[in-house]
This record gives sequence, C-alpha cells and structure tokens, in this order.
Amino acid sequence: MNLTFVVFLIPIFPLLGFLILGMGFRSIPKKVTSILGPGTVLLSFIFSLFTFFNVHNFAGSPTQTLFTWIHTGSLQIPFAFLIDPLSVLMLLIVTGVGFLIHVYSVGYMKEDPGYGRFFAYMNLFVFFMLLLVLGANYPIMFIGWEGVGLCSYLLIGFWFKNHDYNNAAKKAFIMNRIGDLGFLLGMFLIFNTFSSLSFDQVFQQAKAMPMGDPTIIAITLLLFIGAVGKSAQIPLYTWLPDAMAGPTPVSALIHAATMVTAGVYMIARSNILYVLAPTTMSVIGITGLATALFAASIAIFQNDIKKVLAYSTISQLGYMFVGLSVGAFTGAMFHLTTHAFFKALLFLGAGSVIHALGGEQDIRNMGGLRSKLPKTYWTFLIATIAIAGIPPLSGFFSKDEILLHLFEHSSLLWIIAVVGSLMTAFYMFRLLYLTFFRSFRGTDEQMHHLHESPRVMTTPLIILAILAAFGGLLNLPEIFNGGNSLSGFLAPVFADSAVLVTPETPMSLSTELLLMGITLIVVLGMVFLAYFRFVKNEPELLPDGAKRPSLVQLMINKYYIDELYDYIISKPILWLSKVFHEVVEIRFIDRLVNGVGNMVVWTGNTVRFIQTGNVGFYMFIMILGIILILFLNILI
Amino acid sequence: MDIPTNIPIQYYLVFCSVLFSIGVIGVLIKRNALVILMSIELMINSINLLLAAFSAYNNDPAGQIFVFFIMVVAAAEVAIGLAIVVLIYRTTHSIDINVLNKLKW
Amino acid sequence: MLTVILILFPLALSLILISVRQERAIRQLALAGSVAEFVLAVAAFITYKTSCHCNLLVTADWLSTLGVSLKFGMDGISLMMVMLTTFLVPVIILASFNHSYSKPAAFYSLILLMEMALVGVFVAFDGLVFYIFWELALIPAWFICAVWGGNDRIRITFKFFIYTFVGSLFMLVALLYVYFKTPLPHSFDFQWLYAARLTPSEQSWIFLAFFVAFAIKIPVFPFHTWQPDTYTAAPAAGSMLLAGIMLKMGLYGMIRWLIPVCHNTMQQFAPVVLVLAVTGIVYASIIAIRQQDMKRLVAYSSIAHVGLIAAGIFVLNPYAMQGAVIQMVSHGVNIVGLFIVIDLIEQRTGTRNISDLGGIALKAPRLAIVFLIILLGSIALPLTNGFIGEFLLLLGLFKYSMIFAAIAGLTIIFSAVYMLRMYQRTMLGKINEITALTTDLSWREMAALIPLVIMILWIGLFPMLFLNLTADDVIQVLNYCR
Repeated sequence: MNLTFVVFLIPIFPLLGFLILGMGFRSIPKKVTSILGPGTVLLSFIFSLFTFFNVHNFAGSPTQTLFTWIHTGSLQIPFAFLIDPLSVLMLLIVTGVGFLIHVYSVGYMKEDPGYGRFFAYMNLFVFFMLLLVLGANYPIMFIGWEGVGLCSYLLIGFWFKNHDYNNAAKKAFIMNRIGDLGFLLGMFLIFNTFSSLSFDQVFQQAKAMPMGDPTIIAITLLLFIGAVGKSAQIPLYTWLPDAMAGPTPVSALIHAATMVTAGVYMIARSNILYVLAPTTMSVIGITGLATALFAASIAIFQNDIKKVLAYSTISQLGYMFVGLSVGAFTGAMFHLTTHAFFKALLFLGAGSVIHALGGEQDIRNMGGLRSKLPKTYWTFLIATIAIAGIPPLSGFFSKDEILLHLFEHSSLLWIIAVVGSLMTAFYMFRLLYLTFFRSFRGTDEQMHHLHESPRVMTTPLIILAILAAFGGLLNLPEIFNGGNSLSGFLAPVFADSAVLVTPETPMSLSTELLLMGITLIVVLGMVFLAYFRFVKNEPELLPDGAKRPSLVQLMINKYYIDELYDYIISKPILWLSKVFHEVVEIRFIDRLVNGVGNMVVWTGNTVRFIQTGNVGFYMFIMILGIILILFLNILI
Repeated sequence: MDIPTNIPIQYYLVFCSVLFSIGVIGVLIKRNALVILMSIELMINSINLLLAAFSAYNNDPAGQIFVFFIMVVAAAEVAIGLAIVVLIYRTTHSIDINVLNKLKW
Repeated sequence: MLTVILILFPLALSLILISVRQERAIRQLALAGSVAEFVLAVAAFITYKTSCHCNLLVTADWLSTLGVSLKFGMDGISLMMVMLTTFLVPVIILASFNHSYSKPAAFYSLILLMEMALVGVFVAFDGLVFYIFWELALIPAWFICAVWGGNDRIRITFKFFIYTFVGSLFMLVALLYVYFKTPLPHSFDFQWLYAARLTPSEQSWIFLAFFVAFAIKIPVFPFHTWQPDTYTAAPAAGSMLLAGIMLKMGLYGMIRWLIPVCHNTMQQFAPVVLVLAVTGIVYASIIAIRQQDMKRLVAYSSIAHVGLIAAGIFVLNPYAMQGAVIQMVSHGVNIVGLFIVIDLIEQRTGTRNISDLGGIALKAPRLAIVFLIILLGSIALPLTNGFIGEFLLLLGLFKYSMIFAAIAGLTIIFSAVYMLRMYQRTMLGKINEITALTTDLSWREMAALIPLVIMILWIGLFPMLFLNLTADDVIQVLNYCR
C-alpha cells in the first residue's frame, strides 16, 4: 500500500465519523453510533500502527504534502504531514488511548440524550488532535491546536443547559486563545526570521544560529505562551479544573491524555529552537516547577474527585515542562506517554465511580467502594501507584528520568521536584483511601444502586491498567538492564539538539540508585502518612464551610486565583466596556459628530431670519449686492 | 441705411443711465406691485435703447437682434408678472408688496 | 460586454419589478434575477481566468470634452468584489422572504438597484463614473433603511445619509482637484488620475479628503458612530447590504484610489491610520463585550474586524493586502450570515436582546449548528474563511510592526469573548417562555444559509483559488508605492 496514502487516511476516518454523526446525529440509531464512533478511531489506530512499523521508510522523505493551503509571496504553507518517530509516538497515544476512551464512552454515555452528538464531537477532536501531531509546519499544527480548543469548548459545555458548564467551556476557550495569540505571534516571528514555517526548513536554518540569539529567545517565549495556555501552566491554568464540567471521558481524553500535552509535544518538536534559547529554558523550568508544586498543593485539599485529578494533571504537566527545560526531551515525552496511560485510567476509574454513585463527585460521600467495584478499585490502585512513582510501575521510571536530569542540572531543583512528587503521592493516596476504603458515607439510595460498571467500561480500564503498569518498559534505564528503547526510537528527532546541549558528566550508578532510593523512601512515607491520616483513625471529614487554619483555608480556596483574575482582568474589562460605551462613545465621539450637525442646524436657524418676507427688502439687498459687485470689480 | 451720427453716443449713454436709475429708484421706493413692474420695464427699455444705439454706432446688427430677444422675454415676463399680480389682488385685495410677507423664515 | 451586462441586468430587473403586482411573483423574479446575475458574474470569472487578463474592458465615449468616458473593466480585485456582491444579493433576497414587507415591489427593486450601483462601483474604471455609482448606492440604501426600518429610523438614517454623504463630497472635491492635475487633455480615466502630478503637500490634502470619505464608509474609528445605530435600525436586508457589501466600497476605494494616487504620502500617513485602526479594533471589541442587542453587538464586532482590514491595507505589503482582499469577502459572508441568524431568532422570539433568550439549541439544533459555523468563521478559527484573512493580515501587520500586530491580535481573544457570550446566551442554557416555541430552520431558510456555510469552509480549506485571483493585481497596486 502506498505509504503517503496511509498517512492521509489516518485523520480522514475520524473526520468522516464526525461528518456522518454530525449530519445525522438524531436519525442514526444508537447501535450504529456505538460502532461508528469508536470504529473510526480504531481504524486510525490500525493505520497508525502500520505507520509505526514503517516509520523507517519515511526517514528519507518525512514530509508528505497533500496540497498547497496558502501561498502568497514568499509565504508557502503546504497542507503537509510530517512522519517521524515523535509524531508516530503521538499518533499511537492519540488513537490508542483515544480508542479505549471511545469504547468506554459507549457505556458511560449510554443514557445520555446527546449520545450521537457526543461521538461526533469526540471524533472531531481526534481529527484535530491528529492534525496537530501530524502537521509538518506550524500553521498546520495551529489548525489542530485551535481545533482541539474548539472541541474542548464543545465538550466541556456538552450539557449546555447548565450555564456554569457553559461558562467553564467559554473560559477554557478564551484562556486557550490567549495562548494562541502567543503562538500566532511566534509563528510570525519565525516567518520573519527564517522566511518559512515548515519544520524542516526552520530547524535546518536554526541550527546555524548562535546560542542565545535574542530572536530565537523571543520566538521560543511566544510559542511557550501558546504552550502555557494549552497545557494549563501558571498563569493560564485555571480553566483546566473548571473544564471538569464536561463528561468524564472528555476529561480523560482531552484534559488528561492528549490535548493538554500538546504544549509539551510542540516544545519537543521545536527542540532545536529551545536548546538555542537558554533564557527561555529557564523560564520554562521555573514555570513548570512552580506549577507542579502549586497545583499539587491545591490538590491536597480538594474534595471533588475530578478536581483532584485535574490539579494532578496540571502538576504532572509541570513536571513534563521541567523535563523539557533541562533538555530531557525524551524524558518529557516518556512521562507524557505514561501519564497518558495512568491519568486516562484514573479519570475513567473516577468516571466509573461517578457512574456507580449516580453522579456523585464528592469524595467525602464515598468510601468502601473496594468491595463493590472491584475492577475499578484494582485498576485505580494500579494507576495511583503509577502516578505516585512507586516501582515497578510506569510512573516511577518516567518521573525518575526527569528527576535525574534535574539533579544533574541542580540539586536544589531536584529537592523541590521531589517535594512535589511526595505531595503527589499524598493526595493521590488520600483520594484512593477516601474513595475505596473505610465505610460507605453516601445515602442509602446510592448504596442500593452501587454496581460495577458494564464490561464495555471495565475492559478499557483493564487494558489501560496493563499499559500503566508496564509502560515503564518502554524506556527502561540501563541500571535495570533496560535498553532505553524509547530514547533510541526518538533519538533522530532530538539528534540535532543533543549536540547543542552541554554534555553531562555521566552519573555514577551509585548516585543514581541513591537518588531513586531517597525518592522512593519519601514517597512510601507519604503513602503511609496518608493511610494514618485518612484511614487508620477514621477522622471526621470536614464540610465545606468548616474553620481551618488560614494556610489550609488558602489552599482550599485555590489561593483565590480565580477571584484575583476576576478582579484584575474581567472586572476592569467590563468596566472599560461600560466606560467606552457610555462615556467615550455616546458622550464624546457621538456628541462631537452630532455637534457638527447641530451647529449646521443652529446656523440655519439663526440666518433664516434674514428671510423677512418683505419683497422691498429683498430688492434692496439685491441692488446693494449688484452695486457691491460692480465696486469690487473696479477695485480688484 | 442712414446712420444718425448727428447725435453723439454720450447723449444716449447719459439718457439711458438716467432712465435706468429712475427704474431702479422706482423699484426700490414704490410699494405698488404694478408700479414696480412698470419700473422694471423702464429699466429693460433703457437697456434696449442703449443696445440699439451702440448697434447703430458700431454698424453691428447683433445689438438689435438682442433687443428683439429682450423684448420677447420682457413681454413674456410681463404677461406672467401681471397674471401673478391679478391673482394676488384677488386673494388679498391689495397689491401692496409690504402686505405680501407671508413667505418668510 | 459582460461587464456592462452585469450593471444593466439588475437595473432592468428592478425596473420590471416595479410594475409587478403579485408579491409571490415579485419574490420569485427578484430571486431568479439575482441568481442569474451571479451566474453572469461566474461567467465573467471564467472568462477572466481563461483569457488571461483581458480585464473585460468596455469603453464608450460619454462626456468626451471633459475627458469622461464610460469605461468599465475588472481586474482580480474588482472581480472578487463583484463575485461577493452577486453572491450575497440572492442570499439576502432569499433571507427577506420571511418578512412580508409592505410595498414588496419597491423593496426588492431597491435591493436590485443597490446591486447595480455596487457592481458599478467595483467595475468603474473612470473616476467620475465611479463617483456617480458611489453616490447612487447610497440612495437605495437610505430608502431601504428609512422606509422599512425599525424604531427611530428617520433620525438615524438621516444621520447615516448626511454623514456618509459629507464624506463623499470630500472625495468629489479631491477627485476634481486630481482631475485638473492630470496631464492634458484632462481625463477622469483611472490611469490618467494615477498619473497626475501632485506635490507632496497636495498629496497630503488629497489623501485626507479621500481618507475621510472612505473612513466614514468603512467605518474606521472614530468615524464609526453612525454605524451601530444604522445597523440596528435598518431592516435585516438593509443591515446585510450595508455591512456585507457597502462598507467594502470604502475598503475597495482605499486600494483603488488612495494607494495609487497618494503613493508618496501613504507611508507618511500610515502610522497615524494604523493607530486609528488598531485603537478601533480594541475599542470596538471591548464595547461589544457588554452589548445586549445582538445586532448592535455584531455592529461593533464589524468595526473591529474592518479596522483590521484597514490596518492591513496601510501596511503596504503583499501579505496584508492579499489578506485584506480575502478578508473583505470573508467578512461579507460572515456578517451576512450573522445578520440572517439574528433575524431568524428575532422572528421566532420577537426579541434581539440576548439576556431574554436561551436554550434555542434544544429547539432548533440545525440553527445552532449553522450559527456556530458562521460564528467560528467570524472568530477566525483555522479552516474557516476568517482565519485565512486574519492570518495574512496579522502577518503583514507583524512585518510592519510587532507592537501593532500584538495589539491588533487581541481581536482574536476579544472576538471569542463576545461571540461566545452571544452564542451561549442565545443558543445554550435553559429554554424560557420566550424561546419555548422556537422552530428549527425551514428548507427555505436552509437554502439561504447553506451557501454561506459552504463559502466559509471553502475559503478556509482551499483559499488558493481566491488568493491566486488577486495575487498579481495586489502586487501591481503596491508597485505604485515603490
């Protein structure tokens, strides 16, 4: 089969699915939708696998062009796809995890009246996400970039009767757009500098640029603003917790596994530009680290099962950015991959719990679900261990790779990051304990209806659990006799930047083991601390308004960041809008315009009294005029 | 044609100017619409006379052609003017122009 | 020949329409005629494409002693505008079928008369003829707004008429001045006007006079205050004609007149105009955020969007200029779509106030989908028409100045804010008693909206057909400034 053809088929299937489901979402029977929705993504996955096995065939000509999208002057934007190990890795994650989540949705959304619409949106999302990862130049990536933002908007506000959800959706879209403006300006600057927007040409030329070139720094910073918006980093992270208003599969697919990692992918893709801009790298590192800690600290006190996971996602994304900032591109991509597995699993598990409890999301009203939802419990446990970073599950390896790189960079940063990861362990096990341990704290009615989810939902959970458990094998470090296979796979993509990164003194095996040991010990300590804190003593769980120490109060209220934004951005803009409209527009500009008109009217009103109606007077004036003209004629 | 060169052109000029001025003064000071029309006629005719005189003096028939034009136009003007005056008299029972100040502002 | 037929055909049709009595017949005739006109425009497009740059030129003597001739022709930019006009008029006519206007014969014949004048503006190659059509377009526009408009229409349309008319007079004065500076024998022919010898200070004055005329028509901040009132008071078809096509006359005029005639002063005035345009973008966007009346909201959004186009024309580089031309088309398509949707909502619920509405998507999913697509076009989402234009415009602006581009770029954030707010308050949320009886789109309404949706996606996906059409002409226009 023609390889180019295959590549273009990958995004076509979800698009077709979207078109069919979108045109006839009310007339297509549910059964057909249940096959069509996940089916198109499965087809994409199969073709992605095919591409994966043939990726070496693309090494010679990685860019596949379909047609010229925009061409004017020297601006040439072909509608082209780039097939290299990095994009293929993302393809597999998007279509693979995407497929599992689609299957899960068949069960989860079964009773929803918007069933067809849901799958239409999900398919559209997969299409745009595929464009994002496949694009061979920045504008094509930007199509996907904005497109996934649109789908995120549509899916967060999926239950659009509720205006709180709609507001959450709007907030997500607008915050993403702020980032998108940065991305857009970044693109313009790239075009200004390199006269091209294609990855291959830009990177080719960038290689010749000096380290720390101010233009490159500006480009990378602008692109990073885009990443901050899309990947929910400080200061544009507040949309992600609100985005939990959408159906849970949406949170799993868009707000955990794929879309929010687009920023990481973009920076990994532009790795050459970033290694040339050490200033930007520091900014990314600081942002990522701050976000990781900040979000983790908020997660500790959240009581909404999905909100905890949302803050955890923000925090984990922070780790990926930290990894990128020290040049550990493979590490970041590795963590992105394992995170896609275990975070999707966590969200789907949470969805299963919510499903069982009839929509309950507050973990204070859960508990003791271990025996009632065994499959959910076991898979959730695996994911929790994975994200906490306990070996031998996947999260340990991926997070450790980032931590080790960080240690080589600076031991202080390493300590901060470890503090973050022990917070992660603490809040994740708190979530696990409160949900599945102790006794059930919900209503009797919920108690009666407790049930394990149907097989169509648990099967994806089990598959993801296997992936989350063994995903670490993808890039097993050498000390565990691993082959660093992911590093090897991705090496061609990062080859050029690897040369530019200052060579690190290889760490001795003992140091590496020591660091791992320290991390492991503190993490396990946190697991037990959480156990004693939330299970052993069966403490009273405080309701929302309870009096707490002020620092805790601050964290419960998410540091009042939403309120702060409301005061420093939303309110002033609305005020400005009022002032512009009522003062500048009506009182000033329009009054000026009307004033000119009024002046003409006034002049006319005054001068008209010369028309006395007296014929004699008219004739007198006329003759006077004639005489005057004659005189002037003589004078001049 | 016999050219009346025995009367110098200055005489015509002075005579016509006086005639014209009488017309102007009549228009300005009279209040009767009919008299004003007559004064206008006087002004027109003074011009006609001057045109005819210059035409004869310069041996150029164009001036006399103009005179005929003006006479035709004047006749038409008087016809309409008188008709208006008659109508005004019928409605207001006066042809005093100071009464006719309804059309103002 | 085609060019002349394009002008005369709507004129003849509008004359025939006046004599028709039956409303049904009037509508059908108007629609059929305007569709035929669009077919003619497509024919012109094909002729233009196939027989390389013949310009479809038609010349006839008129006032030859004054150097005025009936010279009509089309280059790519004209053709683009003619296509836009003839494409939108049938849509506007079809969208008006829902209303039973009093005196339908006059209404539809005025629309066609307006079409004639607009086509005339875009194809005139002679200055005086251009001016005549320019003013001619104002007359039907005024009648449509003043006779079939809403509350307070007389005062508002009077302001609109006088305001734009005053602007046009400035243009007339400038035009005459340039005419007397053309090489002997004077001529109003475009090429002669372009060749006029003007000193720098003369050019500055000419520039200001032309600029005022165009800036009022577009409208550019701060000459915009007639616009929101007029769009609000005008009947649906009137708003569409004004916003969709008529304001493009101003932008077209800038490309056709300002750049070639005032080529030396363009660069000098560009910063001033850019400041105005960019201020207008931010200013109008911010005002739009709080508007309650949907038409007024769209009116302010339009000021922001065309502000960007005007800015793009003044940076004088091919990217922005191409973006400006394609964005003129996109803006026309999008805003007509928005006005149609608003009109449909108003007919169904009796209000345009967004805080009274809600939940329409539940009752009218097709309407909601179409509205969403048009809205996405208008907020410049990639793969819709708005993106192509705004991308090129901002890119061109960026080449001129990064600061301007960054500030003008705020439009992509603000447009999302106010458009999504409008969408959320009208389409989403719970149904209330006002929206409870909303019905979905009928086939006729679909027929009006679907062409717009197709255009939005077509330009977004395959813009090359349109970009190629104007590529050479844009360069030619810009060459006057070299």
